[in-house]
Amino acid sequence: MIHHLVRRLGLGVVTLLLISFLVYGLIRSIPGTPLTVVVSQTDPSRRLNPADLERMKAAYGLDKPWYQAYFIWLTNVAQGDLGRSISRKAPVTELISKRVGPTLALSTGSLLLTWLLSIPLGIYAAARSGRGDERAVSLVLYMLYSVPTFVAALALQVTFSLWAEGTPWELPLFGMTSGGPHAGTAAWLADVGRHAILPLICQTYVSLAWYTRFINTNLQEVLRQDYIRTARAKGAGTIRVMVHHAFRNTLIPLVTLLGLSLPALLGGSVIIEQIFSWPGMGRLFFESLRERDYPTIMGLTLLFSLLTLAGQLLADLLYAWVDPRVSME
Amino acid sequence: MSDATAPLLAVSDLETHFPIRRGLLRRVVGQVRAVDGISFTIQRGRTLGLVGESGCGKTTAGRSILRLVEPTAGSVRFAGREVRAERPAALRSLRRRMQIVFQDPYGSLNPRMTVRALLEEGLLVHRMGDGRERLRRMTAALERTGMPAGTLARYPHEFSGGQRQRIAIARALVLEPEFLVLDEPISALDVSIQAQVVNLLVELRRELGLTYLFVSHDLSVVEYISDDVAVMYLGRLVETAPATDLYARPLHPYTHALFSAVPSVEAERRRRRIILPGDVPSPARPPAGCRFHPRCPLAEAVCREVDPPATTIGGHRVHCHVAARELAAGDAAAASQRIASLLTAAGGDRGEASKIVATAATSPHSPPGSGKATP
Repeated sequence: MIHHLVRRLGLGVVTLLLISFLVYGLIRSIPGTPLTVVVSQTDPSRRLNPADLERMKAAYGLDKPWYQAYFIWLTNVAQGDLGRSISRKAPVTELISKRVGPTLALSTGSLLLTWLLSIPLGIYAAARSGRGDERAVSLVLYMLYSVPTFVAALALQVTFSLWAEGTPWELPLFGMTSGGPHAGTAAWLADVGRHAILPLICQTYVSLAWYTRFINTNLQEVLRQDYIRTARAKGAGTIRVMVHHAFRNTLIPLVTLLGLSLPALLGGSVIIEQIFSWPGMGRLFFESLRERDYPTIMGLTLLFSLLTLAGQLLADLLYAWVDPRVSME
Repeated sequence: MSDATAPLLAVSDLETHFPIRRGLLRRVVGQVRAVDGISFTIQRGRTLGLVGESGCGKTTAGRSILRLVEPTAGSVRFAGREVRAERPAALRSLRRRMQIVFQDPYGSLNPRMTVRALLEEGLLVHRMGDGRERLRRMTAALERTGMPAGTLARYPHEFSGGQRQRIAIARALVLEPEFLVLDEPISALDVSIQAQVVNLLVELRRELGLTYLFVSHDLSVVEYISDDVAVMYLGRLVETAPATDLYARPLHPYTHALFSAVPSVEAERRRRRIILPGDVPSPARPPAGCRFHPRCPLAEAVCREVDPPATTIGGHRVHCHVAARELAAGDAAAASQRIASLLTAAGGDRGEASKIVATAATSPHSPPGSGKATP
């Protein structure tokens, strides 16, 4: 057990180093630097003179070749310093920590919603397999699955902000709050909640369709097993057979999915955060890429990589718990 | 209930058809007639062996009796109660009394449950005893099957195939059933283990007074364990008789062919192998008349048109026009002899010409689960 953990952690560190090295090399190869991209976008007359540019380059360490700069960055990271954002003039850690909350709220909400809905839906669909109602549910889910997020987002915005304007159904178009002072935490929470409804629906419907389908097919596979017949022969009722015997045996692939969805939990959806102006990390990542804000991009990359590895480790540990045949020895 | 001579299990005209669905609208375009009208009875304490080749419907028949698959027609009377008419709750309580052991002990035990959970579930469902009483019952059932009490805390994957099948048997026994469907309980096991499990089953039957339906394609094991034997072909029973009677005097040409396919080391038991031409027809489109006529070396015009009715002599029942005629002419022994020689004669000029060596199925070494028609 300990051996396994140590080996996994060691491998994880090596992977992290490789990822960060590659990503650093890649983003430094994108045309433009944090200095030129921002300035050239505004006004040619305000372009920096070459001497100033050189001075600023030196100040941000952009005058060195990228592999040298990478090692400087790495040394700082090893000392717990993720550096300062070039375009936002603030420490990266501070920037990221401000954005974690909104993304986490949206992603965990979406994940919980997905699991809460897809597990009963999947079990129901498997139990009613081939019947009319199951086929109707599956068809609707299929159709949902094939709708692109940005189309759904626009449709939702049109429906609930434009058409529903003035009705109780009206929902805010974007942002996380309507701004202004809130009368206490409850009022603030209610405001955030109202703003979160549309992005939440957007982020949930695809994974809902996907998870339901996944659980349904896995369950159908399990239901064909002899031990399901054994359970029925014992006298176990339908619900007991479905939940206790069948569903528990589909937990193994579900754990894999959970491990994979952990990075998405913090990564958020770049598209959805952009459309709904949700102040999360997905949006930060998108903006930082546009501004060539190397330190922020690297900070986020590091965080997402760490989470991916942690997710895999978690899935590994959960396997042993879910499947008695897996042992960590 | 009913009088002592009434059979524990009486199956009559049992049919289990599976719909074939095709196309976008999943319309029913046909029926697989897995079990197509079978009738038999089993007296309390006796064992009926159900034999036939892969895909003949014997497994479906066993499952239909317990309503693990829903029969489409016919009647199953167990201890005076009509199983097919029972509502779900009553059916579940009836299931305590009629248990099943499946072929594959790797598939039939839920891998996520300890042996204790596997055994205890039935006891909990049927509210049999408190915690201590349940533990006593479980230990007793395991002991009966030759498994140590320490088995309870472990998972099925920690055991070998033979041990798993013992656990599966203990799982069935813990509910103290009167009737067991044994669905090829040994064919997934190593030959060396098979004998142990068969002996265990014989022992349990004697000690507990159990009644068995023993489904198998292994003719020698069936002969050993059964009081009566029913031969199944394409969803029908072609011949039913007391085991000694059937093995000594088979009447149906298909039964002859089955027996001739069993390898034997005893010279006197060695028979000319009867090679059946062609393959088993699809149970979705069974032939008219006698089901067996397309492959029967003795088929006549009447066999192609008329479904042969049962001919009974003593406890021996056969569905065959030729056998019926032979039986009318003499006794069972003479009829059996005569059919055997007719078959040998017919096999001489047909069997060699046929390239298809479609023998009657019963290779004892066919891999487990091969050609299972699992719905």
